[in-house]
Amino acid sequence: MLAPAALLLAALLAASCQSAKSARTTIRFWGMGREGEVVQDLVPDFEREHPDIHVIVQQVPWSAAHEKLVTGFVGRSTPDVSQLGNTWVPEFTALNALEPLRPWLASSSALDSSRYFPGIWDTNVIDGQAYGLPWYVDTRVLFYRKDVLAKAGYRSMPTTWSEWRTALRAMKKVVGEKNYPIFLPLNEWNPPVIFAMQAGSPLLKDDATRAAFTDSSYKQGFDFYLSLFHEGLAPPVGNNEVANVYQEFGRGYLNMWITGPWNLGEMRNRLPAERQNDWATAPLPGPAGAASGVSLAGGSSLVLYKDSPHKREAWAFIEYLSRPKVQLRFWKLTGDLPGRVEAWRDSALMADPNMHAFQQQLEHVVATPKTAEWEQIAIRLQDQVERVVRGSVSPDSAMSALSREVDLMLEKRRWMRERALAAGGAR
Amino acid sequence: MSNQTSERRQRSAAWGFLLPALGLIAVFFFLPVLVGLVMSFTDFDVYAIGTPASIRFVGLRNYAQVLHDDEFWNALRNTFYFVAVGGPLSVLASLVAALLVNAKVARMKSFFRTVYFTPVVTTMVAVAIVWRYLLHPRYGLINAALVALHFKPVDWLGDPHYAMPAIILLAVWKNFGYNMLIFIAGLGSIPEDLYEAAELDGAGAWARFLHVTLPSLAPTFLFVGVMTMIGQFQIFQEPYVMTQGGPLRSTVTVVMLMYEQGFRWWRMGLATSIAFLLFVLMLVATAIQLRFQGGEARKA
Repeated sequence: MLAPAALLLAALLAASCQSAKSARTTIRFWGMGREGEVVQDLVPDFEREHPDIHVIVQQVPWSAAHEKLVTGFVGRSTPDVSQLGNTWVPEFTALNALEPLRPWLASSSALDSSRYFPGIWDTNVIDGQAYGLPWYVDTRVLFYRKDVLAKAGYRSMPTTWSEWRTALRAMKKVVGEKNYPIFLPLNEWNPPVIFAMQAGSPLLKDDATRAAFTDSSYKQGFDFYLSLFHEGLAPPVGNNEVANVYQEFGRGYLNMWITGPWNLGEMRNRLPAERQNDWATAPLPGPAGAASGVSLAGGSSLVLYKDSPHKREAWAFIEYLSRPKVQLRFWKLTGDLPGRVEAWRDSALMADPNMHAFQQQLEHVVATPKTAEWEQIAIRLQDQVERVVRGSVSPDSAMSALSREVDLMLEKRRWMRERALAAGGAR
Repeated sequence: MSNQTSERRQRSAAWGFLLPALGLIAVFFFLPVLVGLVMSFTDFDVYAIGTPASIRFVGLRNYAQVLHDDEFWNALRNTFYFVAVGGPLSVLASLVAALLVNAKVARMKSFFRTVYFTPVVTTMVAVAIVWRYLLHPRYGLINAALVALHFKPVDWLGDPHYAMPAIILLAVWKNFGYNMLIFIAGLGSIPEDLYEAAELDGAGAWARFLHVTLPSLAPTFLFVGVMTMIGQFQIFQEPYVMTQGGPLRSTVTVVMLMYEQGFRWWRMGLATSIAFLLFVLMLVATAIQLRFQGGEARKA
C-alpha cells in the first residue's frame, strides 16, 4: 500500500526535478567570512520557492574579499550578486561595477527606504541613487561595568558628554590610579572618528574632496577625545598592549569600551560567570544629549553587478534574503543584526536586554564619507591620532599634516568631480 | 663557400631554437616591464579601471610623491635592516651548513643535505603556521627555551623591536639550504692537492680553511652574495604572512608597500614607480658588490 505511493511520489519528484533542471538559471553569490558560510543554509528554501533558479555560493575570506572583488571586476568575472561591506559601496560605484537599484526597488512593493534604519540606508546612496540594499547592520555602542558605574553613584549611563566625563572622573576615583574607566584602543580609527561625527564634523568637505580635520567641529570632537587621555580616564594603549580585553574588563582594569555587536557573544562566553550580571550596553552619549550621540553606520549590503546576465533572478535572491523572517533566521545562525526594522519587533531578538542599546543607537548612525579613498584616509587618521595621544606631536600640527596628506589623496577625486561638473555645464 | 652556407644554416638553426624562448620572455617579461614603466608616469588608479578616460600623464609626480612619503622611507629602512642583518647571516648559515655536510667525518651526508634543503621547498604558508606557534609569546617553544635559560620571554611578533629580528630568523632558516647546495658544489671543486700541499707546509685545519677554502670559494661567494642580496631586497612573503607589516609598520618592506599601493588601494601608477625605484636601488647595490667582491674573486 505504502510502497506504490512512495514510488509514485519518487517518480513525480524525479520528473519535476528534471524539468526544473533543464530550465534552471544559475546565479553566483559571493559571501564573505562567516556570512558566506552560513548563507548556504538559506539557499535550499529559496530554491524550493524558485525551482527555476540555482544559487552557487562562493565563500571569500574577508581579508581577501576586497582584492578579489576588484580583480574580479577587472577580469570581467564579478558574480551576479554579492555581499559588500557598506563602506565599499562608494568605491565599487566609482568603478562603475554596480547596478543602480532604483528600477528594481520600484518593482518590489516590500522593499523601500522606510523599512531600514535611515543612517544605514544612506550608506548605500551615492549621488542620490541607491546601489545596495542593507543586509545586516553593525554599529558601535558603549559596553560598561554596571557595578562600577553604580559605585561611582550612577544608576544609568549619562547621555551628554559633560555628564559622561563627570561620571568617568567619579569612576576613576572608584577604580584607582592603576585602572581606567574607559578603553579607547589606539589601533582603531573608530573612536576619534565617532567623537568628531558627534560634534557634527563631516570629516571631509566640499563634496568629500577636501579634508575637514582643521575645522572647528572636528577640533571639538578631537579635544574631547584627547581630554579623556589627558585626565587619565583612558589608557594610551592599543589592543595588542592589552593582551586580553575581556579579562581586563572582568578584572576592572578597563570599565567601558566602545565596540560592536560581535562582542555581545564574546562577553557572554569570555567573562567569568560571576561577572555576567555586572555588564550592560548603552547608546553613546553626545555633546548635546542622546540625539547627538551618533555612531558609525556599519554592516554589509547586497548588491547587483552591472555585468550580470541574470539580474532578475539575482534580485529575487536579494528579495528573499531581505525578508524579515529570513533575516531573523540569519541572525540566529550568525548573530548579525538584521537590516530590516520589522525584524527588530521579534521577541526572541529583543529578549536580550543588551539589544535595546543597539536598536536605539541604530536610529542615530551616520555614514563615513562616501569616497573610494575613505579606508585609506581612516588608516592615516589613526596613525596621526596615535602619534598625538602618545605625545610625539601636537594636535594642531598632526591634523594639518593629516589634512595635507588627505588633500593629496583626494586630488584625483577633485579633478574627476570638476570635470564632471564642467561636462554637465557644457551640456 | 660551403663553409659559409653551413655557418649561415647553423646561425638560422640557432635562431630557431632561441626564438620560442625569446618570444615568451618578450611577451611575459619585457612587455609588462615596459607597460609598467609607462604606467609609472601616469596616475592609473581605481577610477581608471571604471573610466579609462580619466588616466592622466603626470610625468615624474609619482616618483616625487614616493620620495616625499615617510612610509616609503620607513619601508626602505626596514628592507635595509633585513638585507644588512639577514644577508650576511644567511650566507654564514649556508657556509657553515655546507662545511658540516661536506666534512670528512660527517655521516649520512645526503640525508642532511635533504633535511637542510627541505625548508626551501616548503610552502611559506605552512612554514608560517609552524613558526607562529614557535614564536608565540606564551606557548611558543622559543620563549620556553628563553625562560629555561633565565631570559625574559619576548613578544616576538607583537613588539615592534623584535618583529623584524623574528622575520630575519625565519627567513634565514627558510632559505639557507639553497645557498648551502651552491657552497657544497663550490667546495667540491677545490682540488684536493691544495689541501695536501698546505698540510705538508704545516698548516692546521683553521689555517687551511682560511688560506685554501675561503680564497677558492671567492667566485662562489660573489654569486651567492649577489643572488642573496637581490632576493632579499624583494622580501615580501615572510612579513606578509607573518605580520602583515605590523606591529606599528615595523615589518613593512618596499615590495609590501608596493603591493599595498597597487592591489589594496589600486594606485598602480604609484606602485609601479616604487617598483622602478627599487630596481634602480638593486642595480646600484649589485654594482657596488661586484666592484668590491668582483675584485677579490678575480685576484683569486
